[in-house]
Amino acid sequence: MIEAHLSLLLVVLPLLAAPVIAILPNGRLPWAVSTLVSFAVFAMACLQLINVSTGNVISYELGGWAPPWGIEYRIDAANALVALIVAAIAAVTLPYALYSVEKEIPQKQLSLFYSAFMLCLTGLLGITQTGDIFNLFVFLEISSLSTYALISLGSKRQALTAAYQYLIMGTIGATFFLIGVGLLYAMTGTLNMLDLAERLPALTEHRTVQTGFAFIMVGFALKLALFPLHLWLPNAYTYAPSVITVFLAATATKVAVYVMLRVMFSVFGFSFIEGSPTDEIFLLLCVAGILLMSFYAIYQQDSKRLLAYSSVAQIGYMMLGLGFGSVLGVTATLVHLFNHALMKGALFMAIGAIIYRIGSSNIDTMAGLGKRMPWTFAAIIIGGLSLIGVPGTAGFISKWYLVLAAMEQQNWLIIGVILIGSLLAVIYVWKLIEALYFKPANETAHANVNEAPLMLLIPTWILVIANIYFGLNTELTVGTAEQAVKLLLPSAY
Amino acid sequence: MKHNLILRVISKFLIPLIFLFALYVQFHGDFGPGGGFQAGVIFSTGIILYALVFGVKTAKQIIPPFVLRSLASFGVLLYAGTGVASLLLGGKYLEYGVLASTQVAGQHLGILLIELGVGISVMSVMLIIFFAFAERGQTEEGS
Amino acid sequence: MMDWILGHYNYWLVIIIMMAGFYTVISQGNLIKKIAGLNIFQVSVFMLYISVSNVKGGAAPIIESDVSLYSNPLPHVLILTAIVVGVATTSLGLALVVRIKEAYGTIEEDDIHNQDQSL
Repeated sequence: MIEAHLSLLLVVLPLLAAPVIAILPNGRLPWAVSTLVSFAVFAMACLQLINVSTGNVISYELGGWAPPWGIEYRIDAANALVALIVAAIAAVTLPYALYSVEKEIPQKQLSLFYSAFMLCLTGLLGITQTGDIFNLFVFLEISSLSTYALISLGSKRQALTAAYQYLIMGTIGATFFLIGVGLLYAMTGTLNMLDLAERLPALTEHRTVQTGFAFIMVGFALKLALFPLHLWLPNAYTYAPSVITVFLAATATKVAVYVMLRVMFSVFGFSFIEGSPTDEIFLLLCVAGILLMSFYAIYQQDSKRLLAYSSVAQIGYMMLGLGFGSVLGVTATLVHLFNHALMKGALFMAIGAIIYRIGSSNIDTMAGLGKRMPWTFAAIIIGGLSLIGVPGTAGFISKWYLVLAAMEQQNWLIIGVILIGSLLAVIYVWKLIEALYFKPANETAHANVNEAPLMLLIPTWILVIANIYFGLNTELTVGTAEQAVKLLLPSAY
Repeated sequence: MKHNLILRVISKFLIPLIFLFALYVQFHGDFGPGGGFQAGVIFSTGIILYALVFGVKTAKQIIPPFVLRSLASFGVLLYAGTGVASLLLGGKYLEYGVLASTQVAGQHLGILLIELGVGISVMSVMLIIFFAFAERGQTEEGS
Repeated sequence: MMDWILGHYNYWLVIIIMMAGFYTVISQGNLIKKIAGLNIFQVSVFMLYISVSNVKGGAAPIIESDVSLYSNPLPHVLILTAIVVGVATTSLGLALVVRIKEAYGTIEEDDIHNQDQSL
């Protein structure tokens, strides 16, 4: 019986868990319940991916009402891949959270913290599962609101202003999306994505539809931190609690990229995108984002901020693939989506382990810790190599597909930008590694620091090993991505 | 503010009427404007009026904060639970038709339960927000 | 020409209110005024949805025996959801402002920025 309702239980299980956790007593119980739920959700996401990897599409009608009158959950390979990323990161982050959260969040807020985490998970999974565009807005707001609350729980007071800034910008983005959906609804009379895809080709020349498209694009560009709408990201990642930075960096922007993909190719269709200036605008913004944000990252003194700017640059890489709009391009985007979640997840977890030991993420303060925390340091090295794109790591696979997509379009400028971006990544990764290993350690302050506890190390190394594994065995990532592209870009086959 | 006789008398007269109106809005949601969210807000307004006139402390004695948190959770669980109940009875999630013997009766029961869950949740959340803000400053409201 | 302008008066209202709200969010330095601007911005979106849901000559969407043409009830439900989202966002934003006031002592964006370059 669970089989038939799998795609729904994925979303409803965390939703049921959240109010239950909110009334549990503070202690270890909220953590235990959320970890169990995340493991169950991960198992369901794996089952779902196995189900759709052969090419079939799951359609689940909520309330028994047939689409397009009812809301349907529509899952194909693209959804299932992103749902797997979210579920996997949650399943890996929650064991990590046991010690990290206890150190950073006051005891009396623990049950509410985990409740909000579950709501965030619900929202993100709901975005990936739904096939109704207004339902997407609802889940988007569920995940965003819980994210604002979670970010504000950081220990420094700048966490409050970071959360506030993200709230203002995120709400504007979501409202823009709402305006776009409203304009589309006014023109077509339907909210179901499949139905919209059938009705929109007849209305391509209509200004309202084009305006709706523009609003949706800008709204989600804000959500996925495309340069220059990325201003909320560095503050939000830097000042949030370590666990939240790990979870957000690995999931929130990826889900937004997936929505962009879905709206561009499934709802509006390839011919509409070709006729619009979307690809040129994306290419321009992505190139600017990759170069400028990598430069910014080099000059940062706080390791979390450095990695946050690096994240914005990596999102530029992802959107490059979308800007190309070709089969190779969209495959590259989906593959980089997966790999970047692994990369940044591992890096932020390692930084979180350092924060757990010394309480600060400043690069000067953590000088010389590499010798005292060898496993954490090794995780940062491998994560950094993956970020640069060294062969043998997951990062290389994504960069490889991006370069292939650029070569197919004979766009040598983009190839140059990708390579320069990798070189800049070398510089800022080296900045981290140099400080951790080659600078003299502050013996008095770090006298008692030794390796991070096992509960923090094991999730970090699961992600690091996943980095290496998916850099060598691309069957899951590239295979699923190619399957997804078959459904997203049917005209290219 | 509780020393102001007019406010005390009028509020004691009005608050039950506000509750009654909230219940009316709650249960007439399928036949007229109304529903869970509106009813929850109106219901909480009654208690907020009481808190404004008689003091936040007294209001907290009527509804202790832990009761509010439990009510909020209960409301969400009622909503999600109705969906799960229809799952267990063989339909899809939130398919109200399977909840009772006929489709129409099932739909009616389903919507009633859902809106009740929403109303309870919204009422308690509004009160949680009000109490959280009201006790933040140094001055006490109305005592 | 005048017919066209007057016939589309709901869209004019939506545009004016949207721009007023958006400008308030961008230009005001006071954190609470930003949230107020955000609310005004969201209200314009609600007006957009509801004004397009009206059917000329249609009755309210409640089933009566002698009525054949109803207004579209779906946008009403969408806007209910969006209003609740707006209320939740506003309350979360105001809670953050209260905490910011306690932490920084001010709710003016410029003063907060001067204090630690963070906003």
